[in-house]
Amino acid sequence: MSAKTLYDKLFDSHVVREENGTALIYIDRHLVHEVTSPQAFEGLKIAGRKLWRISSVLAVPDHNVPTTDRSQGIADPISRLQVETLDQNCSDFGVTEFKMGDDRQGIVHVMGPEQGATLPGMTVVCGDSHTSTHGAFGALAHGIGTSEVEHVMATQCLVQKKSKAMQVRVEGKLGLGVTAKDIALAIIGRIGTAGGTGYAIEFAGSAIRGLSMEGRMTLCNMAIEAGARAGMVAVDDTTIDYVKGRPYAPRADQWEAAIAYWRTLHSDEGAHFDAVVELKAEEIEPQVTWGTSPEMVTAVNGRVPDPAQENDPTKRGGIERALQYMGLTANTPIDQINIDKVFIGSCTNSRIEDLRAAAAVAKGKHVAPNVKLAMVVPGSGLVKAQAEQEGLDKIFKEAGFEWREPGCSMCLAMNADRLEPGERCASTSNRNFEGRQGPGGRTHLVSPEMAAAAAVTGHFVDVRQLLN
Amino acid sequence: MEAFTQLNGLAVPLDRANVDTDAIIPKQFLKSIKRAGFGPNAFDEWRYLDHGEPGMDNSQRPLNPDFPLNQPRYQGASVLLARENFGCGSSREHAPWALLDYGFRAIIAPSFADIFFNNCFKNGILPIILSAENVDTLFREVEATEGYKLLVDLTSQTITTPQGAVYAFEVDAFRKHCLLNGLDDIGLTLQHVNEIKAFEANRKASQPWLFN
Repeated sequence: MSAKTLYDKLFDSHVVREENGTALIYIDRHLVHEVTSPQAFEGLKIAGRKLWRISSVLAVPDHNVPTTDRSQGIADPISRLQVETLDQNCSDFGVTEFKMGDDRQGIVHVMGPEQGATLPGMTVVCGDSHTSTHGAFGALAHGIGTSEVEHVMATQCLVQKKSKAMQVRVEGKLGLGVTAKDIALAIIGRIGTAGGTGYAIEFAGSAIRGLSMEGRMTLCNMAIEAGARAGMVAVDDTTIDYVKGRPYAPRADQWEAAIAYWRTLHSDEGAHFDAVVELKAEEIEPQVTWGTSPEMVTAVNGRVPDPAQENDPTKRGGIERALQYMGLTANTPIDQINIDKVFIGSCTNSRIEDLRAAAAVAKGKHVAPNVKLAMVVPGSGLVKAQAEQEGLDKIFKEAGFEWREPGCSMCLAMNADRLEPGERCASTSNRNFEGRQGPGGRTHLVSPEMAAAAAVTGHFVDVRQLLN
Repeated sequence: MEAFTQLNGLAVPLDRANVDTDAIIPKQFLKSIKRAGFGPNAFDEWRYLDHGEPGMDNSQRPLNPDFPLNQPRYQGASVLLARENFGCGSSREHAPWALLDYGFRAIIAPSFADIFFNNCFKNGILPIILSAENVDTLFREVEATEGYKLLVDLTSQTITTPQGAVYAFEVDAFRKHCLLNGLDDIGLTLQHVNEIKAFEANRKASQPWLFN
């Protein structure tokens, strides 16, 4: 048998049937949130269909939930209705849901792995493009639309064509203050937001193997920002150690068989990739986006680009439009850009390791006077509790940050957390699209360390200067 | 799902690369629990001069006169001409719902984001990939010619311009079949219930921890 990629192994082992290159693949885990599921549940009800396998589904409200006091519920009636609709649908169909107020409630892509509900070798889907996060476990995970949510609910399967395989190999050792987020942004800067379109990306190399599970999740999370529906990392001891003992992990009597299988989840020696991209870890510096697409990114010691230097007219127009929207002038050094707000959170960067790293930078310092709001939104109730146990909340609060309740928050501003028009934000989220964090808001994507550094200095700054 | 066979539709150009689904339908409208009614808020932040929220009377809102969809010559357009990586970002199916509700049945671009591309087929919208050069030509012609209609024929997989130029396009055979016949995937998949059950039983035997 010929050498297989990790993607080949994951895809092939889930094919129920295949006809003319279109496969029906079996789905092991279906994660559900309130925004992309109501129309799917409604479709099932209208057609009189049931869930194929209820135990495969886990639901959690995250996009609309408030991050401030929750004792009065959700103030916005439309947001409230959407969350109540999820509650009702889960109750009607018998789905396990971690409701607001439950410690396990949080961002769906933080909750799944935290519960052990994401396991190596699984297919994982969710009506959310950042489902690619779960590929960090050696799983095949990607976002789906609401029609597909309904399809998986009714059939436990998805109609799929196999993607091409891309390997992104990062060798070497990351420098101080350089994180998985910087790797992700550097990759997107290299291949562009459509560079991974049509591919499933496997992240490999010594720098990737050196990442924690949190770091691997950050990286796979942003595979979609490179255009790839799925990102993944091979299983190793780091993966297995993370999974062990979690609520949905294999029971003790299943454990040895499970890890024996999981250890086969890597690309074979000599496996063929349709594309290979290589980066050297030592060359990656802390990244900051300057525009309205994640590919509009540079190193913190770089400058805002000059559209006059771009020959392609479509790209030049894109840069000009982005600079106008962002209120930036060509050739401005990145570290001279002042900020108004800071958001530390999102499915990209709200896990315990992210909060520890940001707190280490903020400790003993204070949010700069020109920064109107610096907020920390833990990814889940359990992350929040862990951080509080470690005293991180105190560090943040003493430094002038707000310490919030878990949810998606200002990553996409569906709840009350948002930028006002023209406000500039250092954000650990994943998308800097126009209006993403609020109409007219200006988003710069950075790592948690870089966000904390920007908060305490009032402008972007090379975090390595604060760490030295 | 409404079948798609042939469309002779007015084309409207949207000359931006990397149009994301946040731009196609901003997040505040995602709070709806329905599939319909997103059309008036398609491209909301570019289309209107004020800030839109759910429940507003959109007919009373100030329009951005520079946005192509607002120009009189493009009223009634059903073919959207776009640039590369159209539909990137969020997987929200509200994006194709909004485009469909607005009246678009076909989108032509040099490339699409994967999830959006897939979501279009589930909703009776035909996304068509043409080469960047051919898309450029169409942009030039549609901007130069008022009332520029494209004849999109799924059966023959061709686009015919008013001048009679014909562009062939590729489409996956299964998706074409579903679109031509307006078929619902779930019904098709459920024809294979026994195979799914057999696969599941095997899986449960070999990896029981997946079913805890």
